[in-house]
Amino acid sequence: MTLQIFLQQLVNGASLGSMYALIAIGYTMVYGVLRLINFAHGDIMMVGAFLTYFALEASMPFELSVLVGIAGAIIIGILTDKIAYKPLRSAPKISLLITAIGISFFLENLFTVLFGSTPKPFHAPEYLTKIFQIHGIYLPISVIIIPIVTVAILAGVLWILFKTKQGIAIRALAFDIETVKLMGVNADKIIMIVFAMGSALAALGGVFYAISYPSIDPLMGIIVGLKAFAAAVLGGIGSVTGAVLGGFILGFTEIFVVAMFPDLGGYKDAFAFFFLILVLLFKPTGLMGQDLERGRF
Amino acid sequence: MLKVNKLNVKYGVISAVRDISLEVKKGDIVTLIGANGAGKTSTLNAIVNVVKKSGYVEFDGVDISKKATHEIIQKGLSLVPEGRKIFINLTVDENLKMGAFNNIENFEKLRTHVYDKFPRLKQKINQMGGTLSGGEQQMLAIGRALMGNPKMLMLDEPSLGLAPKIIGEVFEIITELKKDMPILLIEQNAFAALKISDYGYVLENGSITLEDKAQNLLGNDEVRAKYLGG
Ligand SMILES: Nc1ncnc2c1ncn2[C@@H]1O[C@H](COP(=O)(O)OP(=O)(O)OP(=O)(O)O)[C@@H](O)[C@H]1O
Ligand SMILES: [Mg+2]
Repeated sequence: MTLQIFLQQLVNGASLGSMYALIAIGYTMVYGVLRLINFAHGDIMMVGAFLTYFALEASMPFELSVLVGIAGAIIIGILTDKIAYKPLRSAPKISLLITAIGISFFLENLFTVLFGSTPKPFHAPEYLTKIFQIHGIYLPISVIIIPIVTVAILAGVLWILFKTKQGIAIRALAFDIETVKLMGVNADKIIMIVFAMGSALAALGGVFYAISYPSIDPLMGIIVGLKAFAAAVLGGIGSVTGAVLGGFILGFTEIFVVAMFPDLGGYKDAFAFFFLILVLLFKPTGLMGQDLERGRF
Repeated sequence: MLKVNKLNVKYGVISAVRDISLEVKKGDIVTLIGANGAGKTSTLNAIVNVVKKSGYVEFDGVDISKKATHEIIQKGLSLVPEGRKIFINLTVDENLKMGAFNNIENFEKLRTHVYDKFPRLKQKINQMGGTLSGGEQQMLAIGRALMGNPKMLMLDEPSLGLAPKIIGEVFEIITELKKDMPILLIEQNAFAALKISDYGYVLENGSITLEDKAQNLLGNDEVRAKYLGG
């Protein structure tokens, strides 16, 4: 592998990893406050990508379309919590999990029925898809922009979690919901903020996916969602920094496996999970995860 | 200040609290004593609707029987829960911020007040709650409740698991607090609790079997035998 190709793949890996990272943050935050693996989260990403697509089709400007996608995903995310999860707050966790799987199927099938299962081409604006080259490396601009936006967003999320009272309450919820209520805090409102944040980031991840691939379909959230979930577990579920780290590791692994062993390209997804199993064998709580009762986020 | 009428708590078929009525007047410390499992914690949790209950609860002239927990706390009735329940994954300062969630604009002022009361916490501002000693955690739990600027405080076994010297400190603090707000206190340490109290209730198997001025309970033979070690 030449240095050029190596650098090129490095940037590609960062871009793919960003997408996983953005989605993984939602998994990890919802798990932190509800101890729920929100299997519908990958589908929220799909919803975000679809709504962005429709806004683009309605000839809205790209940036506005992304905002439409994010807003729509936030609304669907909050509604899932209010309608499906909230009534189960004191039910066994397994009921919650089954419900999440149900929501996932519901969203996938609803979008298939409404919009068909054929992939739709996603037209990102030219300034993102334009190929540029430095020192013999050829890259679309989006591949550079995506990781930069992701790191900026991570900084924003950490700022919220550590510097605002709502963020501190989110971390407190990871410890105990009853005690949070005893502080005079409306815990459901805080949980709503978590779903809003996670859904917004997932929608953005969905848009990044759509720019890179560049098509969307109602089942796009399944495998990406699964891998983002793997990233969250790899990084240590409950930890936001861990989720981002896990996302990037998974992104790099996938890209480099394909680059170095083109014959094994078909197994790239298997590699992601192989890597996950390997890490968990040595560190069952994930890279940044600690004792489940301590240092979350 | 607080009136409880015919309070009942059931866990499935188990009746943990039966028809309890009690009252805490302004300026008073009232103690609830009883053996393990008598229903003391259930009573406090039911008052703030952390557990399901039936019965009537009035606080500061308002019916709070059906209010959500966070609304009751916002009205100024604060509970320092059994086992302290410090947010172990938050720093001391962040724990206080949680206590001041609805008063965040007065955070600095409230915190100065709390650090004056508990100077030991001040040196641990950035330490994780989980790494504090038991005594420090109890101070933090009380401090955190005070950050909400409550009108009344309920304390569930504040001396549990503490060294005798620290227990003395905790009781001093409670006596201090009485100047600012009425207190409903649960204690295993019945003797020490009754000594600083104005009124007391004895709870047995979920029912109140005796109530009187604290002074009289201290002199009551039955109470002495059962709860004050003879
Ligand atoms: N969540 C629960 N589910 C079922 N039973 C419970 C629950 N909480 C308490 N109980 C039962 O209710 C009864 C009263 O418990 P409670 O905790 O109120 O007692 P307590 O007086 O506070 O005891 P202690 O002095 O040990 O703290 C006990 O028999 C207890 O086993
Ligand atoms: Mg108790």
